[in-house]
Amino acid sequence: MNLIQQLEKEQAAKLSAGKEIPDFKPGDTVIVNVKIVEGDKARVQAYEGVCIGRSGSGVQENFTVRKISYGEGVERVFPLYSPMIESIQIVRRGKVRRAKLYYLRGLRGKRARISEKQDHRVGDSDAKS
Amino acid sequence: MRSGVIAQKVGMTRVFGDGGEHVPVTVLRLANCQVIGHRTKDKNGYVALQLGSGTRRTNNLTKAMRGHFAVAKVEPKRKLAEFRVDEKGLIPVGAEITADHFVVGQFVDVTGTSIGKGFAGGMKRWNFGGLRASHGVSVSHRSIGSTGGRQDPGKTFKNKKMPGHMGVDRVTTLNLKVVQTDVERGLILVEGAVPGAKGGWITVRDAVKKSLPKDAPKPGKFRLPESAEEPAPTEPKVEQEGA
Repeated sequence: MNLIQQLEKEQAAKLSAGKEIPDFKPGDTVIVNVKIVEGDKARVQAYEGVCIGRSGSGVQENFTVRKISYGEGVERVFPLYSPMIESIQIVRRGKVRRAKLYYLRGLRGKRARISEKQDHRVGDSDAKS
Repeated sequence: MRSGVIAQKVGMTRVFGDGGEHVPVTVLRLANCQVIGHRTKDKNGYVALQLGSGTRRTNNLTKAMRGHFAVAKVEPKRKLAEFRVDEKGLIPVGAEITADHFVVGQFVDVTGTSIGKGFAGGMKRWNFGGLRASHGVSVSHRSIGSTGGRQDPGKTFKNKKMPGHMGVDRVTTLNLKVVQTDVERGLILVEGAVPGAKGGWITVRDAVKKSLPKDAPKPGKFRLPESAEEPAPTEPKVEQEGA
């Protein structure tokens, strides 16, 4: 392991201490609780949408979350290890065949649905939320 | 005036600040940066430190260089450089400069050799605009255009910007902020980009255009070799650690 990877690993461990980053994939619907600082007050805002891709690696990893807000598509890119993210929850796991779901940008309504991932494995109850 | 250090560029990464903002940093590593010799007013007419960094096999050295390292009682070094200091800034020969020579938050000037670009045209080398994409321009879309006047002056002026070799220049980047230092591994993290390729040799000095913070160690932060007997103290307020 080279020095940069080593540093990034330490940095990631430090940033994720005390919070769990779930293992989510593109297609999953997630709630991202973001810290928002207004003046000297901080509050937490939830941002719910479909993760349409993850990019980068190590401490530099980002993920993009897309949602439809008042009829307008909104995408937000979060650094995975950002201290501004309080927590990430997985609402639903989606079944998709792409790593990047950019095709969702051109789709609306029923066509933009993602079917839920079914896990039929026996005795592996924790795999599905 | 304090001494600088020789470092090796490791690469870039990011760190997160307290407010959640991300800071792009370049990681510089001190590879056994030791003092090899002094330049003194009496002998050389100026005062400086010669530092060496990296490692080198002894059988690849000339006898002259072998002798030079033997006098200083240090391992052979890959890279040597001199840093001008004032008389109080001399650090004993053999001392290894540590990463906390620079304090977090101070500004440094960083000098390196830029990545070679080969023979480059005017657009890449001097940011020329090139010629138009259409309107009759043929074959010469990236050419530099005119290079001078007509019968008067009748020549192209010297230093006209033209295509030629680009890169492999000595480039200094001023005022980079020190974000973090790691003494054990000898790492200095500076904010922003540093000239040169990964693994290239870099010199890091205190910024000339910013004032040095008061808590910066003078003449520097270093550790003395364990084998050395009590060295002649060049400066009474030297903070020595782990000598």
